[in-house]
Amino acid sequence: MTKTITIDGKTIPFEEGQTIMEAAAAAGVYIPHLCHHPEYAPHGSCKLCSVTVNGRSCTACTFPALEGQEILNDTKELNDSRRRITQMLFVEGNHLCPGCEKSGNCQLQAVGYYLNMLDNHFLHFFQPRELDASHPDVLVDRNRCIFCTLCVRASHRDGKDVFAISGRGINKRLIFNSESGLLKDTDLDVNDQAAHICPTGAILIKRTGFTVPIGERLFDDKTIAETSLDYERGDHDG
Amino acid sequence: MKQFIQDLAEKHNNQEKQLLQILREIQACYHYIPEQAIEQLSGLLPIPRTRIIGVVEFYSFLHLSPRGQYELLISDCLTDHMRGKKKLTAYLAEKLDVAVGAVRKDGLVSLDNTSCTGMCDQGPAGMVNGYALTRLDRARIDRIADLINRREPLAAWPADLFYVDDSIAKPGLLLKQPIVQGAALRSAFKRGLKATLAEIDQSGLRGRGGAGFKTAMKWAFCAGEAQSERYVVCNADEGEPGTFKDRVLLNSFAHQVFEGMTLCAAIVGARQGFLYLRGEYLHLYEYLQEILHQRRQAGLLGTNILREELDFDIDIHLGAGAYICGEESALIESLEGKAGIPRNRPPYPVTHGYLGKPTVVNNVETFFAASAIAVNGADWFAQVGTEKSAGTKILSISGDCARPGIYEYAFGTTIQTVLNDCGATDVLGVQIGGPSGTFISSQEFDRKLAFEDLATGGSVIIFNESRNIFDIVHNFTHFFAHESCGFCTPCRVGTSLLKKQVDKIYEGHGSAGDVAALEELGQLIRVYSHCGLGQTAANPVLTTLERYPELYQNKLKKISYEPGFDLDGALDIARRLAQRDDAAAHLSQVGDHD
Ligand SMILES: Cc1cc2nc3c(=O)[nH]c(=O)nc-3n(C[C@H](O)[C@H](O)[C@H](O)COP(=O)(O)O)c2cc1C
Ligand code: SF4
Ligand code: SF4
Ligand code: FES
Ligand code: FES
Repeated sequence: MTKTITIDGKTIPFEEGQTIMEAAAAAGVYIPHLCHHPEYAPHGSCKLCSVTVNGRSCTACTFPALEGQEILNDTKELNDSRRRITQMLFVEGNHLCPGCEKSGNCQLQAVGYYLNMLDNHFLHFFQPRELDASHPDVLVDRNRCIFCTLCVRASHRDGKDVFAISGRGINKRLIFNSESGLLKDTDLDVNDQAAHICPTGAILIKRTGFTVPIGERLFDDKTIAETSLDYERGDHDG
Repeated sequence: MKQFIQDLAEKHNNQEKQLLQILREIQACYHYIPEQAIEQLSGLLPIPRTRIIGVVEFYSFLHLSPRGQYELLISDCLTDHMRGKKKLTAYLAEKLDVAVGAVRKDGLVSLDNTSCTGMCDQGPAGMVNGYALTRLDRARIDRIADLINRREPLAAWPADLFYVDDSIAKPGLLLKQPIVQGAALRSAFKRGLKATLAEIDQSGLRGRGGAGFKTAMKWAFCAGEAQSERYVVCNADEGEPGTFKDRVLLNSFAHQVFEGMTLCAAIVGARQGFLYLRGEYLHLYEYLQEILHQRRQAGLLGTNILREELDFDIDIHLGAGAYICGEESALIESLEGKAGIPRNRPPYPVTHGYLGKPTVVNNVETFFAASAIAVNGADWFAQVGTEKSAGTKILSISGDCARPGIYEYAFGTTIQTVLNDCGATDVLGVQIGGPSGTFISSQEFDRKLAFEDLATGGSVIIFNESRNIFDIVHNFTHFFAHESCGFCTPCRVGTSLLKKQVDKIYEGHGSAGDVAALEELGQLIRVYSHCGLGQTAANPVLTTLERYPELYQNKLKKISYEPGFDLDGALDIARRLAQRDDAAAHLSQVGDHD
């Protein structure tokens, strides 16, 4: 007999060992997320995927699916909170979407649209954050980093450990593995998965800017819910 | 330096999990972690240098740039503030000619603030090169400044500057009857280990660190795991402001605490234990090592303990200034030499703890009580307290009262009784359980100490009528923003937003919308944060807002919206540049009706 959970009343099967996120994605249910990536071990830090499991708040990307769980996902309360959490990420960094190369392909921006985020709500931090343009092929703009650690996880898998998150609390920062601290002195190669995995515009490939015009980008005619479900179903060309 | 680092790494068997301990020693020697040391360590351990930098930047007591040869830190706990900490720090800064947060030009001394150092009954307190300084006043500061300016080595400083009082004011069931060394283990072996676990179960003992999980159940879970390697960890991080009872237990009853750990090891089948001692208690380190040595000599630790074929030993790991490391999974990360970032759960430490192995983490007082129960039996303990909260609780009492110190009470005791005993009068309110706990007003003093009413890890801070609620909320909110590990969005960003929002109201720029925003933000952080730190960080705001809505209202300006910053203040730079200060160069806040 297959085991099942329910999400917003809908019965969903799952396999032993799956997280709620995985079970949901397999069944075509989108749960907003930023630090989750199906190919990497979950991190559980952005909290966008928060769902209510039997009355308790849990992150869907880390929490195992267990028989009989009654899960709330697409509710007004949860989406309102997710919008606030997204707004927190926006005010913490310095996101000027109109001038950002990632605009239209950016998951942070797309999640903002999905959650109907119309303003930043909170006060901006306006923290000065360093940009590193030293590498011949890759640019890192720390202003747009949301500490999802996907680049860290990817670079660890690449066997290079180029990226790491250092510091505590609000003083967290992205650092690079080189004596000078500069990206150009690391082992990063433009073909590394780590250079391509950033959900925001914090890591960009040089000389590819605007090759896809605004209006024809990933999230221009599909929502992040659709693109992410396509991706999880193995349609990886998005 | 090269030789020093090499020897140091070797002493720690070039093990990555010793990184934090290694870095502590480098900091103690050079007063920072030099770039050269990072390079060398990354080769020796071997780990990416970013791993090392990540650890250095996480812990408050480690630094990438040089501090003074005398690193002075002054406790920024509310209780220190209540005893005039601010003026004293200014006096110290002036005496030593060094700004707070800076290093003196000649590199001799640096001065900074630090979170509560656990000396709340004998503050204002501080630390020099990690060693606690207590009862600071002008006279003592004069002496300290003089010693520093004369470059007197720390070892030659008069001992009274470092004297830490245990001030046990009211012993109860446990403190009155410390066990005889070895008695708990002997009783346990005599009764049988299974029967002893049952005894602890029947005693109703619940964790004393705050969460109140049933101790016997935790031990049984760990014992039931299939893995053969298991660990016992004693949580002596004691970072909750206003708590200092674990410090006293370790200073006066270390044997009994270590015996509790050994008892647990016997029951769950662990061979290795750790005492995670907060960096602020460095002054206890050598002493505790000596006690461990004595226990090995006495056959109570090491191999074949009491000839019962029990092998178990205990290492002491020091923290380095991070409140979050009291959270059990962050503590385990820290024990493994990493930044103290709480893990995702499940899995829990009892199944996947230290190095991924089943691990029991208990508070100092929990182990202390467990050994007494092993000797005196379940009923002895369970007859005291309430139905849901058996036994007694050891409290650290500080703030506005005649006799701060350590008090032990049966669960079920009212706050009023506690206040009477310690000589507190004209009480405005009491903070129970530290900043992460609850603020109760004078209307609630008939409430009881108990898991089912007022749960506390032991912190009780008393405020008299002369105190201001906003000073309290302000201090605590800053504490959490400073201590957030920064892993998750709601806590990392939320605690800083909360701090800004509280500051705005505190400084008199709050308007009606701001209190509503404060409450909404507080709830968001509480519900969605990753760990207990974030989940309780808004408590100072939420618990006082609930009790004193009118105070918050009175603090507000009579407009519905107030900009997030001081308009006139923002023009200050422009005024200075233009060298004018006439009326037209000033702005009043929009819609200001005050
Ligand atoms: C932010 C935070 C700080 C904590 N600090 C401590 C501490 O200093 N000492 C402690 O014993 N427990 C602390 N705890 C609770 C521990 O996570 C854990 O529950 C406890 O050590 C378990 O021991 P017990 O069952 O004996 O209470 C803290 C929890 C959180 C969330
Ligand atoms: S990274 Fe995304 S959210 Fe940030 S500025 Fe660029 S497009 Fe906007
Ligand atoms: S740079 Fe991008 S991928 Fe890396 S942590 Fe920041 S947001 Fe995530
Ligand atoms: S996607 Fe689950 S916490 Fe980020
Ligand atoms: S940063 Fe620790 S709870 Fe979120």
